[in-house]
Amino acid sequence: MTTAERKLAAPEVTVETKPYWDAATEGKLLVKKCNDCGKSHHYPRAACPFCYSLKTEWQTASGKGTVYSFSVLHGAPVPYALAYVTLAEGPTMMTNIVDCDFKALKVGTPVKVVFKPTVDGPALPMFTPA
Amino acid sequence: MSINGKAYIVGAFEHPTRKAEDKSIPQLHAECARGALEDAGLTFDDIDGYFCAGDAPGLGPLSMADYMGLRKLRHFDSTECGGSAPIVHVGHAAEAIAMGKCDIALVTLSGRPRTLAMPRTMPNSIHCPDIPFEGPYGAVTAPVYGLVATRHMHEFGTTREQMAWVKVAASHHAQHNPFAMLPKVVTVEDVLNSPPVASPLNRLDCCVISDGGGAVIVTKPEIARSLKRPKVKILGAAESPKLQNGGDVDITHTGARWSGPRAFAEAKVTQKDIKYVSIYDSFTITVIVTLEDLGFCEKGQGGKFVADGNLISGVGKLPFNTDGGGLCNNHPASRGGMTKIIEAVRQLRGEAHPAVQVKNCDIALAHGTGGFIATRTGGATLIMERE
Repeated sequence: MTTAERKLAAPEVTVETKPYWDAATEGKLLVKKCNDCGKSHHYPRAACPFCYSLKTEWQTASGKGTVYSFSVLHGAPVPYALAYVTLAEGPTMMTNIVDCDFKALKVGTPVKVVFKPTVDGPALPMFTPA
Repeated sequence: MSINGKAYIVGAFEHPTRKAEDKSIPQLHAECARGALEDAGLTFDDIDGYFCAGDAPGLGPLSMADYMGLRKLRHFDSTECGGSAPIVHVGHAAEAIAMGKCDIALVTLSGRPRTLAMPRTMPNSIHCPDIPFEGPYGAVTAPVYGLVATRHMHEFGTTREQMAWVKVAASHHAQHNPFAMLPKVVTVEDVLNSPPVASPLNRLDCCVISDGGGAVIVTKPEIARSLKRPKVKILGAAESPKLQNGGDVDITHTGARWSGPRAFAEAKVTQKDIKYVSIYDSFTITVIVTLEDLGFCEKGQGGKFVADGNLISGVGKLPFNTDGGGLCNNHPASRGGMTKIIEAVRQLRGEAHPAVQVKNCDIALAHGTGGFIATRTGGATLIMERE
């Protein structure tokens, strides 16, 4: 199955998350990093959810990660793999694993980011086996 | 300050409908309230506290209070945390009663997800900070629970056969419940051979979709003693969220990890004292993770714990969900918390079906996990004693 057959709903973009979605549309994955405690977080917020500092800044992620967990929704019109991917930068993000044989998916599979267009909205960061 | 012994559940009612084509949602709430009041020997005019969650239509508790004519309210609460809400509400009602804020509290839950084919989405999802990072990926209910099962299998070696035992146990109980949607006894093989839904979960790993509802009445000791029904004393109650923690995700735990110890401490009992448990069983994996978090077995050993009929009344060591639970009986409003309280009350009163009634059932526990287990959930634990 290819994701081209699957219509992806556009995310709601807010003033707080617009840089993230603009970057995704340009083919870049951003994470928010805290300049006080040094930890990166996802989904991105203005304030660090670990130390509450307001000194957070956008960083371009490497786009590399590993599959933390996944579940293939067989009953969907186009089956898809919902997943959590742990980024090399630290945070684990919800996503889809795409363009691969779902039967070969395993926890721990190395993956890299790809970007898939949505209907009338920014692109979505997804992952495929590296 | 503790609520131990300060409040009693004196009325409980489970709506018999599983498909309510001829009733509105407010009507179901009111019918459940009437049923619980009749069970207690009280009337609508006696209620001065009201608790409901997002399944109640309207503005918090106000629209349903208006519909039912609850004119004497002096305390209300519409804490929304999905299927765990009714268990949170009983705890909050006990707190309010202990503080003298109300004397007779009503908790209702009702819904028609089966008739209306309602999508199971989060209320108030517009402008919600996390939904844009989940919804577009198709993070609907079943695969969100599938994520937990996949990870639990990876970390602890839990098997699909072990998960299937949860359903098998529920079906053994449901065969005795004339209202159960799925009263047929199933085997581990039946579960493994049922159609795949969201890997590794098959159809029989998933709870039913049903209409219906339920209600309970909570009151202070003086009033409980004046009523004729068996008295169910609240020993302890606690709640906890389980969050995504900024991406520092661990999906092998639920809120029970924190609500359980607090509820046990307040109740002054241990796992060994519990004769019966009602555990929200949205999916088979939910029960395994919850039992671990509540301390009935070590983390990671839940699969082994539930296997070989250990949850079957009269067979295993920890009888659970003797009404058939969400997996076989019903799942009103797509929220399992209320029916978990009601079956625990039946067990403590000695009013469960004779084939599943636990002998000498003096202390029972009900736990709800509300929301979406791999993202945000509310956990709520309630420990009760027959007096």
